Amino acid sequence: MQNFIVFVLSAFLGNEILSKVPQTLHTPLMSGANAISGITVVGALIAAGMSGGGWSAWLGFLALVVATINVVGGFLVTDRMLQMFAQKQRSSGGAEPEGAKVK
Amino acid sequence: METVIQLAYLAAAALFIVGLRRMQSPATARRGNQLAAGGMLVAVLATLFLDDILSPWMMILGLLIGAGIGAVLARQVEMTAMPELVAVFNGFGGLASALVALAEVAQYTGGSEVLAPDTELGAGTAFTVVLSVLIGMVTCSGSFVAYGKLSGRLGGNPIDFTGMRTATLGLLGGAVFFGGVFVASAGAAAWLTTLSIVILSLSALALGVLLVVPIGGADMPVVVALLNSYSGLAAAATGFVLGNIALIVSGTLVGAAGFILTVIMCEAMNRSLVNVLTGGFGGEEGAAGAAAEAPEGRTVSETSPDDTTILTSYADQVIIVPGYGLAVAQAQHQLREMAELLEERGVTVKYAIHPVAGRMPGHMNVLLAEANVPYDKLFEMEEVNGEFAQTDVALVVGANDVVNPAAREPGNDISGMPILNVDEAETVVVMKRSLSPGYSGVDNELFYADSTKMLFGDAKESADAIVSELKALA
Repeated sequence: MQNFIVFVLSAFLGNEILSKVPQTLHTPLMSGANAISGITVVGALIAAGMSGGGWSAWLGFLALVVATINVVGGFLVTDRMLQMFAQKQRSSGGAEPEGAKVK
Repeated sequence: METVIQLAYLAAAALFIVGLRRMQSPATARRGNQLAAGGMLVAVLATLFLDDILSPWMMILGLLIGAGIGAVLARQVEMTAMPELVAVFNGFGGLASALVALAEVAQYTGGSEVLAPDTELGAGTAFTVVLSVLIGMVTCSGSFVAYGKLSGRLGGNPIDFTGMRTATLGLLGGAVFFGGVFVASAGAAAWLTTLSIVILSLSALALGVLLVVPIGGADMPVVVALLNSYSGLAAAATGFVLGNIALIVSGTLVGAAGFILTVIMCEAMNRSLVNVLTGGFGGEEGAAGAAAEAPEGRTVSETSPDDTTILTSYADQVIIVPGYGLAVAQAQHQLREMAELLEERGVTVKYAIHPVAGRMPGHMNVLLAEANVPYDKLFEMEEVNGEFAQTDVALVVGANDVVNPAAREPGNDISGMPILNVDEAETVVVMKRSLSPGYSGVDNELFYADSTKMLFGDAKESADAIVSELKALA
C-alpha cells in the first residue's frame, strides 16, 4: 500500500514538473527520462548479485548489462544534445558547426 | 546498513526530480541531466557496496560491459539518427525491467535461499511480476520495430494483414490468461509457474511487434513517446516486485514524462491516441523522387535558387518552416548558413517549428541546435502563427502536412489539425523534391496557390546554391 501511495504521488509530481518543459527540449527530455528509467539497473544488481546462481543469476546479469547500456548511453547522448543547446546561449550562432566537432 | 541504502535511494530520487525540473529551460537543462546522472551513480554505488552483493566483481564486469556499449552508441550516433537511438534505448530499458522480474521468478522457483524473506511468491508480488514482464517485453519488441521503421530498415509504411486485429487481441487475451495462470500457480506448482511466465513473455514480445507494425512512419513521434512512457512504467512495476522505492519513483516520473509528450503529440495532430494506435493511417510517405505530376488543369509556378536568393535577400522577414525532409536531406547546416547570410543583409529570420515536425518530439529543435541555430530564433506554432501575415517569405523546407491548408476544411484525413499559416505570407517558397502528398496522403493545395513557388530538388543542394548566390551578392 505504501508503495502504491508513492506511485500515485510520483505521478502527480511528474505531471507537475514535466508539463512545463518547452518543445525545444522535448527530445533531450525524452532521452534523459529514458536514462532515468534505467534505474532498473539497481533492480538488476539486486537480482543478479544476490541470487544463489542458476537462471536468476544469468537473467539478472543480462538485465544488468542491458540496463547499463540504457543508463550510460542515455545520459551521455542527452548531455551531447544539451551541450549543443547550451552553446547557443554564449555564441549566438556563428561558431563552427557542432556536428563537425563531435565526430 | 539498510537505512543508509534507503537514504541513498531517496537522494537518487531527489536528484532525478531536481534534474528533471531543470529541463524546463535550455540554460539549466545540461546541469539537470548531470544531476540526474549523479543520482543514478549514487543509487548504483549504494547497492553495489552497501547491500549484500554476493559477487561484486561479476557485477562490476556487467556494469563495465553495459557502460562501454552505451558510451559507444551515444558518441557515434548522428543527430539525424537520434529518434532511432532513443527507440533502441527504450527497448533496452523495457527488456531490463522484464528480465529483472523474470530473475525474481527464477529465484523463487529455483528454491534459492537468499533474498526473499517470505520464500513463497505471494499473489500480490506475482501480479506485479506479470505487469512488469508484460509491459517490459511489449516495450522491448515494440521499440525495436519502431527502430526498424525509423531507420528505414523496415520501411515506414503501415503494415497490415488480414486477421491482424484478431491476432493482436488473441495475443493480448493469451497474455492475460497466462498471467492469471502464473498468479494462481505462484507458490504452488513450480513447473506451471515457469511455463506460464515463459509463454507470457513470448506473447508479450509478439504483441509489441503487432502493436507497432501497423503504425506509419510519421506517427512515430507518438509511438516513441508512448514507448518511453511504457519503459518507465515497466521500471515502476519492477519496483513493486522488489519493493524498491527508488524504482517506483523514477519509473513513474518517466512514465509521466512519456505520457505528457504522447498527449502533446496527439493534440498537435488533432487525433486521439486510439486513432494513432489502431494505425493504418497514411502511407505514401516521401515517395522518394517519384515526381507526382500536377493534376489536370492545375499549374504550379516553379522557381530557381537564383530567384529565391533575390526574393529572400530583399525581404524584411523570412520564416523558415522545417519538416522531416530537412532531416532526410541533412540540410540543417546549409540552412543555418543561408539564414546567417540573410541576417547579415538585415533580413529578420525566424524558424517556425510545428510540434509534430519530424519523427520524434522536438526532433527539429535538435537538428537546428546541432547546426548552431540559436534557440531564441526557434518559435513554437502558437507564438509565430500570427506573424505569417506580416512576413515576406515563408520558406518551407521538407514539410508538408503541417502546412497543408486542407486541415482547415472539413472532411479529410487531416481536418482540424492545427497547422502553420504559411499561406498568409506574401510569398511561399516550398523546397521539396516533388509534388507528392505528405504522409497523410492528402493533396496539398498550398503547392498550387498563386503565392507559392516550388523550388524542386534536394533541400541540401538547393540551400547550398542559395548560399553561394548570397555570397556572390555580398
